[in-house]
Amino acid sequence: MPVTSIDKDPEALTMTVVADFDAPVERVWRLWSDPRQLEQWWGPPGYPATFLQHDLTPGGDALYAMTGPDGERHHGWWRVVAVDPPHGLEFEDGFADDDGAPVPDMPTMTVRMTLEPRPDGGTTMTNVTTFPSAEAMQQIMEMGAEEGFKAALAQIDDLLAAEAV
Amino acid sequence: MVVDIQERDLLFHALSDATRRDIVRRAVGAAHSISDLAEAYPMSFAAVQKHVAVLERAGLVSKERQGRERLVRAEIGAIRSARSLLDDLEALWRARVERMDEILDEGA
Repeated sequence: MPVTSIDKDPEALTMTVVADFDAPVERVWRLWSDPRQLEQWWGPPGYPATFLQHDLTPGGDALYAMTGPDGERHHGWWRVVAVDPPHGLEFEDGFADDDGAPVPDMPTMTVRMTLEPRPDGGTTMTNVTTFPSAEAMQQIMEMGAEEGFKAALAQIDDLLAAEAV
Repeated sequence: MVVDIQERDLLFHALSDATRRDIVRRAVGAAHSISDLAEAYPMSFAAVQKHVAVLERAGLVSKERQGRERLVRAEIGAIRSARSLLDDLEALWRARVERMDEILDEGA
């Protein structure tokens, strides 16, 4: 497992993920900078992502759609706060409506990602996710949980249908 | 909240019926009146009311009064129980990092 540490701080409302990859910094950066590579890992299992827009410049926007098991689509957006290719990226991540427009009343989380070379030629990725408040964290995770819950219900349907055969 | 055995049995029993699962799915994110729900199924108002009562006992939905109607809403928290929010985020990022590593291994 490339993840070397995960630090969850409920009081600071942050989560820090540190991972080591056996690839140089430039290569790991492409997982973020190339939308075709990014969409291979961004969406959770069963929810492949498609990046419709992907502008990694300061103030730039990215827009993605994730397609669920029932064919339903969920949109999300990034706004780039800071970027330093190939060493770092900071962006806000929020929910979008079906037309891809940011949902105004929904809180956003901030993701700060840095890549550092290791002496062995690999790369350490440090990823810090910050929520603006406890209420915001609750709201964001519940919204995600609703989708996960619908997917779980669909799985129960499938399981029972298979048993009935 | 710790889900004890009895609660879990109620939960599984409630979810063992396709109509009840469908009611919960409709009630996620949007409240529906029982008469709305009754129109969606080939069964009587009373039968739908019974299904809703089973779901309510399992803590999967709650009912709230709005004017003359009683609205049914899904209770996501009942399912999610003990898992904390940050645990969900951790699981999401662990899976992402694993996929990133796989892509790097493919040498693309």
